Amino acid sequence: MSFIRPNIRHPQLAVNDLGYTRANYEGALSTLCAGCGHDSISAAILQSCFELSIEPHKVAKMSGIGCSSKTPAYFLGNSHGFNSVHGRMPSVATGANLANRDLVYIGVSGDGDTASIGMGQFAHVVRRNLNMVYIVMNNGCYGLTKGQDSATADRGSASKKGIPNPYSSIDLCETAIQLGAGFVARSFSGDKEQLIPLIKAAVSHRGFALIDVVSPCVTFNNTANSTKSYDHVREHMNATGTFDFVPLKEEITTEYEPGQTEEITLHDGSAVRLHKATESLDFSSRRSAMNEIEKHKEKGEVLTGLLYLNPQTPDTHELLGTTTTPLNQLDKDKLCPGSKTLDAINDSFR
Amino acid sequence: MKPTDISNPEYFHKVVDCQYACPAHTPVPEYIRLIARGRYSDAYMINWESNVFPGVLGRTCDRPCEPACRRGRVDEEPVAICRLKRVAADNKDDVKHRMPVIPEQKNGKRVALIGGGPASLTVARDLAPLGYSIDLYDAQRKGGGFMRSQIPSFRLPESVLDEEVNYILDMGINAHFDQYVDSLKSIVDKGYDAIFIGTGAPRGRDLAKLPGREDGDANIHVGIEWLANVAFEHTKTIGEKVLVLGGGNTAMDCCRTSKRIGGKDVRVVVRSPKSEMKASPWEIEDAEHEDIPIYENHSPKEFVTENGRLVGMNFEVVEPHYDENGKRRLEPTGEIVFMECDDVLMAIGQENAFPWIERDLGVEFGEWDMPIVDKTTFQSTLDKVFFGGDAAFGPENVITAVAHGHQAAISIDRFCQGQDVTERPAPGTNLLTQKMGFHEWTYDNAVSDDDRFIVPLADKTAALSDRKMEVELGFDLQQAYDEAERCLNCDVQTVFTENKCIECDACVDICPTDCINFTNNGEESDLRERLKAPATNAEQDLYVSSDLKTGRVMVKDENVCLHCGLCAERCPTSAWDMQKFLYTVTKAGQDKEAVTPCTK
Repeated sequence: MSFIRPNIRHPQLAVNDLGYTRANYEGALSTLCAGCGHDSISAAILQSCFELSIEPHKVAKMSGIGCSSKTPAYFLGNSHGFNSVHGRMPSVATGANLANRDLVYIGVSGDGDTASIGMGQFAHVVRRNLNMVYIVMNNGCYGLTKGQDSATADRGSASKKGIPNPYSSIDLCETAIQLGAGFVARSFSGDKEQLIPLIKAAVSHRGFALIDVVSPCVTFNNTANSTKSYDHVREHMNATGTFDFVPLKEEITTEYEPGQTEEITLHDGSAVRLHKATESLDFSSRRSAMNEIEKHKEKGEVLTGLLYLNPQTPDTHELLGTTTTPLNQLDKDKLCPGSKTLDAINDSFR
Repeated sequence: MKPTDISNPEYFHKVVDCQYACPAHTPVPEYIRLIARGRYSDAYMINWESNVFPGVLGRTCDRPCEPACRRGRVDEEPVAICRLKRVAADNKDDVKHRMPVIPEQKNGKRVALIGGGPASLTVARDLAPLGYSIDLYDAQRKGGGFMRSQIPSFRLPESVLDEEVNYILDMGINAHFDQYVDSLKSIVDKGYDAIFIGTGAPRGRDLAKLPGREDGDANIHVGIEWLANVAFEHTKTIGEKVLVLGGGNTAMDCCRTSKRIGGKDVRVVVRSPKSEMKASPWEIEDAEHEDIPIYENHSPKEFVTENGRLVGMNFEVVEPHYDENGKRRLEPTGEIVFMECDDVLMAIGQENAFPWIERDLGVEFGEWDMPIVDKTTFQSTLDKVFFGGDAAFGPENVITAVAHGHQAAISIDRFCQGQDVTERPAPGTNLLTQKMGFHEWTYDNAVSDDDRFIVPLADKTAALSDRKMEVELGFDLQQAYDEAERCLNCDVQTVFTENKCIECDACVDICPTDCINFTNNGEESDLRERLKAPATNAEQDLYVSSDLKTGRVMVKDENVCLHCGLCAERCPTSAWDMQKFLYTVTKAGQDKEAVTPCTK
């Protein structure tokens, strides 16, 4: 019986800038179903943090409730984590971010946790542009309660039960673009080559970054008539282009043909280099992104890759004008300046 | 790369590194699991079938399996395979009733075995159950050959050797001991259907041309002859100051034996650097543990005698130099060192010698005056004469002799039955799933974190005062269990079925040692560099699938796979399965038995 992963690792594991191997970013052994797409996304998050040489204790993993929200236990075992209330991860993440703005916030949520019970919270965390990466492990069903259709299940898609879903679906990427998110992407759990650079760019982006990852539920929703099965997504996936994440220190040496390749510098000086599949797509235009998503939808395709990017959106701290020092580093006198200061503030409103 | 052909028995055989490295291809993981389960008799019989002398080899084997052990590539040290074998031998029940039944009705064929060592005894063990009448000739007074005369009792108790030699002699072998064969013609003339020569490499090298050799002769001994004399109790003492020349295992046996029968200041003197000594590292360790110093880079110059009696030796200190091909030259430094001594033991190698084979019989001799012997059939140029063990191709070790014996027995059987000896029987193989249920396998797939356990030793003072007291005590049963659990079960293979795979990556993500990849196919050298963890060990194969749905292939680097089964546990479609691969070398007569293949 094995619920324990062996402790032996490959003797020649690569080492990152911090001197850590990937093993330093592992978590506990997954208890999800064998073949669950979520485990691949966990592995992609792990790999991204390793490649970015992020110190594990500088990361906070935030989640709600659901299969997806269990996954933070399965990666970055040396990081902070908060497994919060169903659909309420954005509030908890907001509070944590306000208290300590220096951490990397990785929110992990599912389609139920985001698009059903958490829809209200999701909408507002996008509007506030909280500096976080919000990963939706989107399998189109409620896997933890035996696979009922979720709010992201496409109309007509049928899970293991076999009955086509009669309702129209919520497209989280379109919603996020509409609500003002600065970084919006869609990916597939079975395509790490696309997913890993997306996560790395999302971590480097300041402000709210959404990655909606189609993640097949092998147990309940990997059927022939499901639009979120491994086979369906592989056959109908169409990427906006390929994508390189260029960390700050790396000198740019390769030259690309103009028009097809676009480079966007992020707030921290790193860059994303896009090799677009079509010239018509303009990543900095919300209208172009929406058009492109809808165009593919009409053809029955799933558009993946980076959809929209605006690195210049002000995040929550900027909007609120908070101190640049994390609150947990301020001393008592600064945090609680006393009744005289309070009186002065109150007076200013009179 | 082309898809791997796993129906070729040699592919999975090679994955079982220990079994592949063993000359006799003993199914090591199979018996280690039985030891962990306390089934010592069963573990013993698996060994006995394959290597004939588990008790002897569990103490004295050269262990080619251990440097090959996968555990040594992922952990600091390999599994103590050899000493686990001993556990099976020491703790088994009476196994006499499990020995082959010897037919009373003989098959009418007579075979002579010359020499009573491991090779000849293995031939006897394989042929006697088939109904052959076997005559065995040996110059010593008991069977076992070099296992008896060269391996000291403190490493191999006589009772252990007697037991395993007798299992074979009790098969109705007509043993003629104390009978030195001085003419092959005399044997040929007796009309045997086949003759097997397993006479070892009996001649120890001498330093005949070194000055003083003749004058000091009374106290200068050839190591292997001296060890035999001690074993048969013709020699009972040695001087206080002993110099042992040579750096092989015989030198280690000589020095440790000297310490037990009167030697006080015993030194090993070797020409090469210590790091290049031929002795097994553990045997060097054992000698050093008994406070025997090793002098490296000392080349013998002369035997110094006074009044016709040996008083010491002069050595020239040399310095090793290496050319660009790594070839070593020992250059004299000019420094001469004198070492006092009462006796010298020369353990500087041994040679084959066949003064008793008449050169006009039809057995042709080639280079180095060695008989011309076929590497596969062990047949000489005289068709009814076969060779095996050290006699065939020069000095090796017990396990190699056993492997030769099995193969020679096949040839002799085929020859006597009028079949073509060059046609060899295929190995026996079986591949069977080990799945018992969800997260449940027939084998202990959890990987132990333990370091290699050290075999406890007897008290040094007591051991040094008794030549027959065994130094190693062997593992106790708890240690044996813990050491057995270190085995990675490399014979439980990761078997991949392409058409079941949905490419969900679950196996890639769970694999603790990054063995599994899904990628575009390419040339082997290109693939090896593109994998998740570069596959730099070219001796280990890549397991490549045929094209999958996405056009990619599955590539698994066999090098550091822990056989933990997590890929199969995380696979939603059972495209991965853990299947036990049993590979057995087919022995004489076994391919004739009706074998019902397991179809499921």
